[in-house]
Amino acid sequence: MARIGVFICHCGHNIASAVDVEAVLAYAKTLPGVVFAGHNIYSCSQEGLSSIKSSIKEHQLDRVVVAACTPRTHEPLFRKACEQAGINKYLFEFVNIREHVSWIHAKEPVAATEKAKKLVAMGVAKAALLQPQTEGEAAVTPVAVVLGGGLAGLTAASSLAGQGIETHLIEKSERLGGLLRDVSVIGPEGELAKPLLDDMISRLTRSKHGHIHLKSTVKGISGFVGNFELTFVEGCDEKKIKAGAIIVATGANEFTPVGDYGFGSVPAVVTQLELERRLAKGDVAGDVVFIQCVGCRQPGREYCSRICCNVSLKNALRLLTLSPGSAVTIIHRDIMSSGTAAERVYKEASETGVRFVRYGLERPPKVSAEGDGAVVEVFDETLDETIELDAGLVVLATPLVSPPDSEETGKLLKVPRDKHGFFLEAHVKLRPNEFATDGVFVCGSARWPVSARECIYQGLAAAAKASIPIREGKVVSEAITAYADVDKCAACGNCVLTCPYDAIEIIQVKGKLAAKVNEAVCKGCGSCVAACPNDAMQQKGFTTQQLGAMIDALVKGALEGAQ
Amino acid sequence: MQRVVVIGGGIAGIQASLDLADAGFEVHLVEKSPSIGGHMAQLDKTFPTNDCSMCILSPKMINCADHERIKLHTYSEVESVTGEFPKFKVKIKEKARYIDLERCTGCEDCVAKCPVKVPSEFEAGLAVRKAVYLPFPQAVPRKVTIDADHCRMIKEKKCGVCKKVCKAGAVDYEQKDTTIELNASAVVVATGFDLMDASSVLQYGLGHCKDVVTSLQLERILCASGPSSGHLARPSDGSEPKRLAFVQCVGSRDAKWHEYCSSVCCMYATKESILAREHVPDIESTIFYMDMRATGKGFQEFVSRAKSAYGVRYIRARPSSVQPGEGGKGVLVSYETRGPAGEPVTEEFDLLVLCPALVPSRGTAELAKLLNIKLDSDSFVRTSGLLRPIDSPRKGVLACGFASGPMDIPDSVSQASAVAARVAELLAQGSG
Repeated sequence: MARIGVFICHCGHNIASAVDVEAVLAYAKTLPGVVFAGHNIYSCSQEGLSSIKSSIKEHQLDRVVVAACTPRTHEPLFRKACEQAGINKYLFEFVNIREHVSWIHAKEPVAATEKAKKLVAMGVAKAALLQPQTEGEAAVTPVAVVLGGGLAGLTAASSLAGQGIETHLIEKSERLGGLLRDVSVIGPEGELAKPLLDDMISRLTRSKHGHIHLKSTVKGISGFVGNFELTFVEGCDEKKIKAGAIIVATGANEFTPVGDYGFGSVPAVVTQLELERRLAKGDVAGDVVFIQCVGCRQPGREYCSRICCNVSLKNALRLLTLSPGSAVTIIHRDIMSSGTAAERVYKEASETGVRFVRYGLERPPKVSAEGDGAVVEVFDETLDETIELDAGLVVLATPLVSPPDSEETGKLLKVPRDKHGFFLEAHVKLRPNEFATDGVFVCGSARWPVSARECIYQGLAAAAKASIPIREGKVVSEAITAYADVDKCAACGNCVLTCPYDAIEIIQVKGKLAAKVNEAVCKGCGSCVAACPNDAMQQKGFTTQQLGAMIDALVKGALEGAQ
Repeated sequence: MQRVVVIGGGIAGIQASLDLADAGFEVHLVEKSPSIGGHMAQLDKTFPTNDCSMCILSPKMINCADHERIKLHTYSEVESVTGEFPKFKVKIKEKARYIDLERCTGCEDCVAKCPVKVPSEFEAGLAVRKAVYLPFPQAVPRKVTIDADHCRMIKEKKCGVCKKVCKAGAVDYEQKDTTIELNASAVVVATGFDLMDASSVLQYGLGHCKDVVTSLQLERILCASGPSSGHLARPSDGSEPKRLAFVQCVGSRDAKWHEYCSSVCCMYATKESILAREHVPDIESTIFYMDMRATGKGFQEFVSRAKSAYGVRYIRARPSSVQPGEGGKGVLVSYETRGPAGEPVTEEFDLLVLCPALVPSRGTAELAKLLNIKLDSDSFVRTSGLLRPIDSPRKGVLACGFASGPMDIPDSVSQASAVAARVAELLAQGSG
């Protein structure tokens, strides 16, 4: 008979304000197998954890149920506490009575308390059937791969190579540097782009650990953290690399605003990158009007592209330096010069004579051709009147957008993207440069539009994260993998077709054909278990018997409640 | 094993320590207050997902305490850093907390009996703590500290209650500051920010209008584990406000105070107005702003949602004055908008929230001096230009997070992770 301990968390007022913790506690004590039940104001505090550990020892518990918050953030913490007290961490069961109960039923305390009781009963029923598990361990290939040779990818690759880690940089075009190749001066402090890129590229090429693959396209990625295999075509040759970690730094493109504000029909209307090319050649004179938020911060593409205001401020100042007498106007909705340096540039631009005109989304400017140039008509919200501006050049500040091939990259790596096509990190607040998939990392504008400075520190962050499993030398896989009962398996192959990770094959086992799961590749998603018509596929920690016991407990609780 | 000293135990210092330790370095994390956690521990939720701040932070705090390669020095300060990369000598002063950390169990029996009440730093002055205190329930380490400036026994030799009630025998009134000296390969500055004192911006009424609070105070008020258990009440009479207003750029983007933009206020004011509506369904929020800077992932959508689903009113204006309302309750805010409705207006609100400039944390200038590094014109730690955004000009001394300029949590986390890569690179180059 299992000796189960149950710990109910108040989470301050987060749980206790809706759930009657005392009532759940009293109920838990009545459940089969429960030899101890306790409660903590904050189970995750050092005090809460040490009370769990001491109760395990004092009451010789061999199963632990914590009813608290979410396994997403807190499961590792409680599992570790179990291990520290001498229990296999797979004998721990987590019940979520915060997100699943108190937060969503905040105004129904009676029903919330009943629901919490049922969930605890289900957790206890499952815990009684939990088995200790051993985690798989695999060696890590001490090689990193970086996809994309723009500033973020170059930074990541040169840092990794500089740390002494074998690093392959895979770039689809024939040159390194990405979008920055078209930029001469980087705002807001006026650094030159070319020497910066040249320095970074030479550090990578000089390093004996750096390997650059140009004109290369990735065709396939298999494996898992520590042991990926990439197939790519370099020029005309197909090549394979084994790697322990992969960094996605595939960048973004400038949005082409076909049809907006005369772009495509009025020759004087160009995008920001075209202005950069002309500035590099010194080929700009006359009056210039910038229009901000072209193709963004509006229905259909709602986001702010973060860098465009600062790019326009920088270029406005350069234009005034190149041709001091000219009129430079920035038509904007908000100037997004966050921070210290950018705000200084904004102030400098205002003081140097750049004119700022604020427009609203409801009344956007109009651009028409006039001789070689253009006329911009705009309702100035500050002056409360419509004004006309003559311009030799109209520069449209358009957003960075996710490149078309990022969808394919996402599929190859099985990593998600957001609704705008940018890659979706593991946690928007605390894991900005990691994917939920272990061993795959992200940096630069592939994740979200960023400045050159942000590209650099994100590239370094991704490099740091990628270096960790490589330095560690081994990876541990969670013991929630699937396995086949050879006697029941009819080798129908449904599981093989269903598995999104190619982890299952049909092979000869004990003289018959049966499914076999590669535990190193299996992620424990359970798809094969659902697909199996013979109940032959089972998953550690989620067996039919364990889930059945949970349902029984729920139904039993419901019947008791009805009486 | 190579050793790195990280100064500052907020989210940047915590993340830098964890990544450095995971990458194989021995880390000494030095935090001047009694617990790690920093400002992130004080926040109720985080934008734009409204994740509970403490819930996502506390596992990281515990990981720091548990990590075999991280040594915490809380209630400690760096006294000197001498030598050069990669052989620094760092002196760390561990201030007397008058508690034997080996013995203290964090039971708080002493806290219950201590007779001295002091405004709580963690609760932004909205509640009191005792002279012997645990700064907040999830504090790491979970050990009490005696505040010598307020303890009657230490100041006047009268009292001694905490020592009497401590069953663990952990109280030691004779404890002295101790200084330890370490060799370190690198030093990381992650000292974060403080709020400027918004009462010095006289026209906004903090200090003379009861119903004016700071944005950090509102975080605590909204927090379910805060001083009012998440019940939104205004200070003057404890009533539930129905008209809430925020003033952006208090003391920032202002030539008289700080010219820079603090980067996070537009978004946290949006978040706080959404949260206020979740607490008080018929509350109406107004945000007075200059430019609505919503440049991060999901931020613009967050602002749109605040407008459409939570009825938040955004007014582009900089209020000129704030006066107490009738009977000292509520506030009268005078402002003027441009455009067709450009008349001077005075509007009444039940509660006004100021979003003050976020300034380098107290002690940054002194720390820079002893580290022999420079500050920029806005008094943040100056880093070595674009190519080296987290390196100070002194080799082996790095800076991450708000210490080197305003940024939000994800950017602080990125910079903190970047530290581990730079330190590894510098040391690999140094040795070969």
